[in-house]
Amino acid sequence: MGKTLAEKIWQEHVVRAKAGEPDLIYIDLHLIHEVTSPQAFDGLRLSNRKVRRPDLTIATEDHNVPTQNINLPIADPVSKLQVDTLRANCAEFGVRIHSLGDAEQGIVHVVGPQLGLTQPGLTIVCGDSHTSTHGAFGALAFGIGTSEVEHVLATQTLPLQRPKTMAINVNGKLKPGVTSKDIILAIIAKIGTGGGQGYVIEYRGEAIRELSMEARMTVCNMSIEAGARAGLIAPDETTFSYIKGKPHAPEDFDAALSYWKTLFTDADAKFDVEVDLDADQLEPFVTWGTNPGQGIFLNANVPNPADIADAEERGAAERALVYMGLTAGQPMKSVAIDTVFLGSCTNGRIEDLRAAAEILKGKKISTSLRMLVVPGSARVRLQAEAEGLDKVFIDSGAEWRNAGCSMCLGMNPDQLKPEERSASTSNRNFEGRQGKGGRTHLVSPLVAAATALRGTLSSPADL
Amino acid sequence: MEKFVTHVGTGVPLRRSNVDTDQIIPAVYLKRVTRSGFEDGLFAAWRSDPDFVLNQPEFKSGTVLVAGADFGTGSSREHAVWALQNYGFKVVISSRFADIFRGNSQKGGLLTILLSQSEVEDLWVAIEANPALAITVDLDAKTVSYGEQVIAFEIDDYVRWRLMEGLDDIGLTLGNSDFIDTFESLRAAHKPKTLPIRA
Ligand code: SF4
Repeated sequence: MGKTLAEKIWQEHVVRAKAGEPDLIYIDLHLIHEVTSPQAFDGLRLSNRKVRRPDLTIATEDHNVPTQNINLPIADPVSKLQVDTLRANCAEFGVRIHSLGDAEQGIVHVVGPQLGLTQPGLTIVCGDSHTSTHGAFGALAFGIGTSEVEHVLATQTLPLQRPKTMAINVNGKLKPGVTSKDIILAIIAKIGTGGGQGYVIEYRGEAIRELSMEARMTVCNMSIEAGARAGLIAPDETTFSYIKGKPHAPEDFDAALSYWKTLFTDADAKFDVEVDLDADQLEPFVTWGTNPGQGIFLNANVPNPADIADAEERGAAERALVYMGLTAGQPMKSVAIDTVFLGSCTNGRIEDLRAAAEILKGKKISTSLRMLVVPGSARVRLQAEAEGLDKVFIDSGAEWRNAGCSMCLGMNPDQLKPEERSASTSNRNFEGRQGKGGRTHLVSPLVAAATALRGTLSSPADL
Repeated sequence: MEKFVTHVGTGVPLRRSNVDTDQIIPAVYLKRVTRSGFEDGLFAAWRSDPDFVLNQPEFKSGTVLVAGADFGTGSSREHAVWALQNYGFKVVISSRFADIFRGNSQKGGLLTILLSQSEVEDLWVAIEANPALAITVDLDAKTVSYGEQVIAFEIDDYVRWRLMEGLDDIGLTLGNSDFIDTFESLRAAHKPKTLPIRA
């Protein structure tokens, strides 16, 4: 019987297999940031160990960094300590780091691909759950805990249990105005936030193949929101041409290419589970609740918890509506927004900024809200400025910021106030995720831009 | 990780059940960037109470924590294990441990021993009667002994072997360095490297 793509990559990375023990898996690329690495480096120091492969390791600063006045010292002492500690650790252990002010600084999951380090067939880990983003290139990429970060630093391997495999087939074509963000939000609403638990998801089908590389990253990014260990997409011409010309693209491109072309799921391979979704039925999606599975078409009304059969889900929906300050039956499009956040590792890449700028061009955002545009990396920011997108955003009344995780999580100065409501292109709408008491609606960049113009949740079709 | 074969120390009777990891180390102490120094935060909420057992001078230097049932429930934070170790504990005895805590403690080299509730209670009484009572934990023989008492305990063979050899996960993997070296020597040359930096 043939193998799935995930199984092929796994097989090729087994350093040692022994019955009754987890497989020891080789790690090709280890990404590091300031939040989950300090204890790992300290553990190395305490046991007199070195970083085995600094040449397969790279660090950047993202979660804690401010997106304004980046030339000034970081004001929050805890954030500053974490960033300073990362810098000192990288210097001590010989790890490459891109610090605030550097063109390659940015969200770790934006930086890997833009440098061309993220490539098909690799195993990639990072002490961050959204490492699944890199699966868009046909890599096996997943988040790990701090002890595992230390383990990879010391050994470049991890003892791991082999995951199960799931195929999600997104058949047919997307309608105009519907994006990869809507695909993944619809998938999570369908299979639930625990639906992918224990699985590596492979996204397949016509609608996936037609997505650009960056749109594929948006899909894989949110695999973790469906509970999956990782998500991946088989590499193809779209992937290969995206990597070509990037700084760390293979020097012997043909050798790499002939390997990459072996990376697909065999026709006779069997997935443990398969799920189907019709792309042509999809519309712009938005979340109404406090987990990413609580989503609905933007054209629909806030669901009535009383209609939910499962008692636990019903209770969760009731609590979510109270937290979100929404009423059952209210049209989603009537919901007024205070802040629009365009950014994060889900939708902070150049294509996302272009798509939003296209809608905002020559128009003014509603005076009832503010809009933050935060490029995913300093490189994305430079690219956007070269294309004049910064002007479009600024002229429309939005704020043009420096790169970082920003309002995706309440760990840096960009936060929602209690009861402040956002339309956000990020990936988590948990209670307090964007700041204590903040209310988050997850949306695509197109919906974010249209919402900014109208002041209430809107799609480009409403303009 | 230090090898654990036998340990002789005095006990601390923690007469509480359901001690969750938020009580072992509250979230505010998790901001530290090192793996050491968590002893300040250990049982932080209770340490302000002068009657709390760790504030009794006779129990200050105990290394064997004897706790009530369901020790280590709640959040999976590894800091709970580090806090106990940083404070000086080598062994925790209870009649029931939360799974994740037990897993983390084995990773970090803190020995968790499961005894029956009545054995735990006998131990509490003995320690309270004589705080200087020497408690011997013999992992080789799988016994806890004090005074005339010798109590046998069960432990997974693999876990016991790892603790006695002082092998943490990393140590174990490094024991397979030959496999890693061989794997690396066969890795394709086109795989990316972060160094030297290319622009
Ligand atoms: S942008 Fe958000 S989800 Fe992505 S790495 Fe940063 S905090 Fe995590």
